[in-house]
Amino acid sequence: MFKIVHAQFIAPGIKRFIIEAPRIARKQRPGQFVIIRVNEHGERIPLTIEKSDPEKGTVNIVVQSIGKTTHLLNSLETGDSIMDIVGPLGKPSEIENFGTVVVIGGGVGTAMAYPSASAMKKAGNRVITIIGGRNKDLVLLEKEMREVSDTVFVTTDDGGYADKGLVTDKLRQLIENGTRIDLVLAVGPIPMMRAVADMTRKERIKTVVSLNPIMIDGTGMCGGCRVLVEGKSEFACVDGPEFDAHRVDFAVLVQRNAMYREAEKRSLDDYKQELEQKSHAPAEETACALEGRK
Amino acid sequence: MSTPTTPKTPPKKSSNPVPNKERIKMPRQHMPERDPQIRAHQFTEVNLGYSEELARQEALRCLECAKPTCTEDCPVGVNVKEFVQLIVDGDFMAAAAKIREDNVLPAITGRVCPQEDHCEGACLLCKRGESLGIGYLERFVADYEQKHFDVTKIVKAPPTGKKVAIVGSGPSGLTAAGDLVQKGHQVHVFEALHEIGGVLVYGIPEFRLPKQIIREQVDIMREMGVEFETDVVVGRTVTIDELMEEEGYDAVFIGTGAGLPQFMGIPGEHLNGVYSANEFLTRINLMHAYEFPKYDEPMVDFRGKNVAVIGGGNTALDAIRSSRRLGAGKAFILYRRSEAEMPARIEEVKHAKQEGIEFQMLAAPLEFLDDGKGWLRAARCQKMELGEPDASGRRRPVPIEGSEYEIPLAVAIMAIGTTANPIIRQTTPGLVTNKKGYIQADENTQKTSRKGVFAGGDIVTGGATVILAMGAGRRAAKGIHEYLTTGKW
Repeated sequence: MFKIVHAQFIAPGIKRFIIEAPRIARKQRPGQFVIIRVNEHGERIPLTIEKSDPEKGTVNIVVQSIGKTTHLLNSLETGDSIMDIVGPLGKPSEIENFGTVVVIGGGVGTAMAYPSASAMKKAGNRVITIIGGRNKDLVLLEKEMREVSDTVFVTTDDGGYADKGLVTDKLRQLIENGTRIDLVLAVGPIPMMRAVADMTRKERIKTVVSLNPIMIDGTGMCGGCRVLVEGKSEFACVDGPEFDAHRVDFAVLVQRNAMYREAEKRSLDDYKQELEQKSHAPAEETACALEGRK
Repeated sequence: MSTPTTPKTPPKKSSNPVPNKERIKMPRQHMPERDPQIRAHQFTEVNLGYSEELARQEALRCLECAKPTCTEDCPVGVNVKEFVQLIVDGDFMAAAAKIREDNVLPAITGRVCPQEDHCEGACLLCKRGESLGIGYLERFVADYEQKHFDVTKIVKAPPTGKKVAIVGSGPSGLTAAGDLVQKGHQVHVFEALHEIGGVLVYGIPEFRLPKQIIREQVDIMREMGVEFETDVVVGRTVTIDELMEEEGYDAVFIGTGAGLPQFMGIPGEHLNGVYSANEFLTRINLMHAYEFPKYDEPMVDFRGKNVAVIGGGNTALDAIRSSRRLGAGKAFILYRRSEAEMPARIEEVKHAKQEGIEFQMLAAPLEFLDDGKGWLRAARCQKMELGEPDASGRRRPVPIEGSEYEIPLAVAIMAIGTTANPIIRQTTPGLVTNKKGYIQADENTQKTSRKGVFAGGDIVTGGATVILAMGAGRRAAKGIHEYLTTGKW
């Protein structure tokens, strides 16, 4: 069991957990992830590491409620425990002085991009960060990113905060302005990463994306996380999770990630129903009791 | 009761009252098993085990050879003759202790070991009919011991003050751990997954090896003093160098198993519905996907659908028999050679046939075809014929020109072997591996190129069997003990 020393929502449906996991805290490098299992009947899911504190022996993870497991996880509070957390998994990001690096974080992907941005800055790069969110609430880690970047741009889909538009609009502006870009690192939803890849491919800008396929063990054993990279199978857990964006077949990634959509929906519906029943249970009892008294 | 640390007892005289000539005529006692019609829909264990009476009946058949070839052919050298004699005597706990001198996982090998390739294949009774049911007897004794085990009777060896890290809790790691703890070393086992047992847990299905059996065997090892830590991926969570330099381990045994599943590299392998056997079996066994939604891990709906497993080994049979249990309509094995070349255990092939599994021999897929929405619709296959023997000694499959045909398929599971996992290799400087990425280790001591580091099992040999991995774990334990006591490398 791994103890949650702190849990707090940082945006609607997005929670940050600080978890006691000294071994992982000590070894974590930018670009790596963990796999968690909430309880005995739980599935194993890969999650982003935002950062870790080797001295305190804790790792931070940022979780967005999407399916049952993430909803369940986000219902946990400070002082609760999770059954399993294993990592750090995957190869660390390649960090060196490339020159100018554009780091793009979309939604909760910003949490994974953050340690890489920070390391890129430390390595001497000029770091230009673009953070995108559907709305103001989903713009994550802006303050933290500002601390490690030379320039930060923020976009929201609805224009409710900062610049209206997509992260790629900002990237196009940078390219059109003649900004020299040596590397782009994009972490976020697949459509975002695909759009970034399409844009930089034409410009021949080296681009790295961090992929999030379905995964079970995270150690190379199951092959469930295989992605098609220039027609060849590679495993996101041991060969990735970062890949050359221009070589990745995003269509296959989208298709494979949809494999369990029906089951995932059923799990989530059952879970929500269960929650609802729990929250209604006392009220119903009162109603029955009153009924009885009549 | 006797304990795992009991010193070897001297050979005893036989009390078998049946004359040798009569023993040859006695038929082999059948293993009671669940009805195929019923068990094809359940994950409960197929074999039910011998009763005491059946076990004694079977034990009486042993010819008590002066030079027991069964023991010679056993990778861990179980003293078959003597434990069988103890069954004849009715002293089942003594029989269990006798097995434990050489094998710390008897309830597991009694169930999954390919006995026909080892002890039973070497049994002299084979020449006159059916071999002695050594595996069944071993299982009987182990299960009896489990029921009557008294942890308070465990005698621990005096501590040597030496610490050994075991990487991986599969058959080789558990065997090495069991042997080393009996020598008085402090043994700590690291496991990457959340359950102890490695391939025994994620690979072998409940109907062949119930998880409870593994848990019980592991619990005995815990009582013997072995420490277990789950959720540690050695190489990532902690490196081998850190274990030795910072955590004070005097020796490390690497028993991480073969690892990465292989694919054929044919078109359509990325379609939804195409699995590696490792993924499919992990979902079923480790993650209990067959109990969805009670357990969260999902599985594609198999009910009424056509399912094929590509391959002919035990993994292939485990996968197809699991598919059957998930409700597959037509479930078949697609194997490029003929049944005679299948590496699977004979008993598994028999059980699979009883459960309605079809065997399409001498055929291989060329391509998986799409339904237009990213899901598998069919496989285009090719027929084969057998040519000259290849490096493995088995006759090589040769494609027959113009024999292509299409079969409708909803699920295809690739069980064509594995390749070496790169994590330890990439994170352990100076550890020499071969061209295929497997770790180089001495055949007798399991020593690697790194001082204090030993390796054994599939990560050295490539995919093999539980018992061969256990044999390597045993040799490594001997090698480690010698290194720790003499300090000589």
